[in-house]
Amino acid sequence: MRRNLLAGIAALGAGACSKVAGSETGASLLDTAEDWHRAAHRALAGRQRLAPEYAPEDRSPDVKGNGSVTVETPDYQRALTEGFANWKLAVTGFVETPLELSMDELRALPQRTQITRHDCVEGWSAIAEWKGPQLGQILDAARIKPEARFIVFRCADTLYGEAYYESVDLVDAYHEQTIIAHELNGQPLPEKNGAPLRMRIERQLGYKHAKYLTGIEAVASFDDIGKGKGGFWEDEYGYQWYAGI
Amino acid sequence: MSEPATSKTPKKRHAISTRLWHWINAAALIVLFMSGLNISNAHRYLYWGDYGYDPADAWTSVVRFPGWATIPGYYDLAAARDWHNIAAWVFAVGLLVMWLVMLVNRHFTRDIMTSRSDWSPSVIAKSVKDHLNRDFSTRKGKYNPLQKIAYGVVFGILLPMMIFTGLAISPGFEPAAPWLVDLLGGRQSARTLHFLFAWVTFAFFVVHIALVLLSGPVRQITGMITGIQSEEQNHR
Repeated sequence: MRRNLLAGIAALGAGACSKVAGSETGASLLDTAEDWHRAAHRALAGRQRLAPEYAPEDRSPDVKGNGSVTVETPDYQRALTEGFANWKLAVTGFVETPLELSMDELRALPQRTQITRHDCVEGWSAIAEWKGPQLGQILDAARIKPEARFIVFRCADTLYGEAYYESVDLVDAYHEQTIIAHELNGQPLPEKNGAPLRMRIERQLGYKHAKYLTGIEAVASFDDIGKGKGGFWEDEYGYQWYAGI
Repeated sequence: MSEPATSKTPKKRHAISTRLWHWINAAALIVLFMSGLNISNAHRYLYWGDYGYDPADAWTSVVRFPGWATIPGYYDLAAARDWHNIAAWVFAVGLLVMWLVMLVNRHFTRDIMTSRSDWSPSVIAKSVKDHLNRDFSTRKGKYNPLQKIAYGVVFGILLPMMIFTGLAISPGFEPAAPWLVDLLGGRQSARTLHFLFAWVTFAFFVVHIALVLLSGPVRQITGMITGIQSEEQNHR
């Protein structure tokens, strides 16, 4: 009887909830809550405060490969066998100087090495050392224009048939720990973790850390990208664009 | 000091602030708990320490919570997180305001804060015996010793710990207070504690509902809605 009662309350709650979430006001209320969390985090921590960094002995044995763990296209498979010698990272959009950077050029830039924790939206965490150039210096080299408000990360992989992409605002793009990682624990980035390049956005959840990176695009809005919500998980499954919660 | 226990006139039982907070908080907690069970379904393993991703390293795994217990009523991590994150604001701001109000209107010091005598073994034993005999009278003051202790634990430990452990598992909040995550023993420990405190809070909820049902649900619920409760039936 208790079970039935609980089930009844639950059904009532769930019904009301889908109704609220489906309505325009309900949806905008949920977006507002997300904005408040972001504003609170930035007000409390400051925009430049770092995510914690760990000692080498704190690292986990591995970093789980999640979401895409490979890319099945012939181009990627060929690049994999070539050791990504011909992989290029395009820097496009609202920039004065579009760039196309090779792996050697990326490795020749000043590097940042950081041992940080990777938190998945599902709830698990792993700790590893990541190495790569800061995104900020690449954006500076390309000289982003004043119109640019967000940085979109383009990826080689598809998930459930859709192209993976992600985005952050300029605060996180220029954060000291936002790097384009090409090494994991001192080794070239493994295939399951996004070889040859992946983003590290240390103050947000794992789905922001785009893997198999092919391009960086400075944009003014998400309107003409995917379904307009700023990322694969946001577009397809309604995940929060601000993944710092 | 409260009115004499012999008073037979209806007396004001709960302040408007208490009543408003009680129901808003109840709604927020129900949404948080049920959406939390949906979030738990995304990764049903709990760990201690800073990291944890391999079920082999988990100290425990929990059941998959069925749809009737979750918000939404089917597995949807994104929607559950939306509900959780909005209800968290209502819950946290509500608790902060309620604490300030309780301190200012002296509800806490007058009615909830225990005195030395509330902790004497004979007084507690008597209160346990009264509960077993379904005598929920309060004698002096608004609440009996067990009630004061229970409400004190809820206000002072359980509800604040839900907020602190919740903040600690937010990667965007962590740079503001990395010491909080360390204090809780690392991110995965904080996640485990968040889960455990949620169930302790649920246990309070079950006991709370049971005692309301046993002590005259209509009178109790009317009291928490209108603020007025007949004193007479309180002493049987």
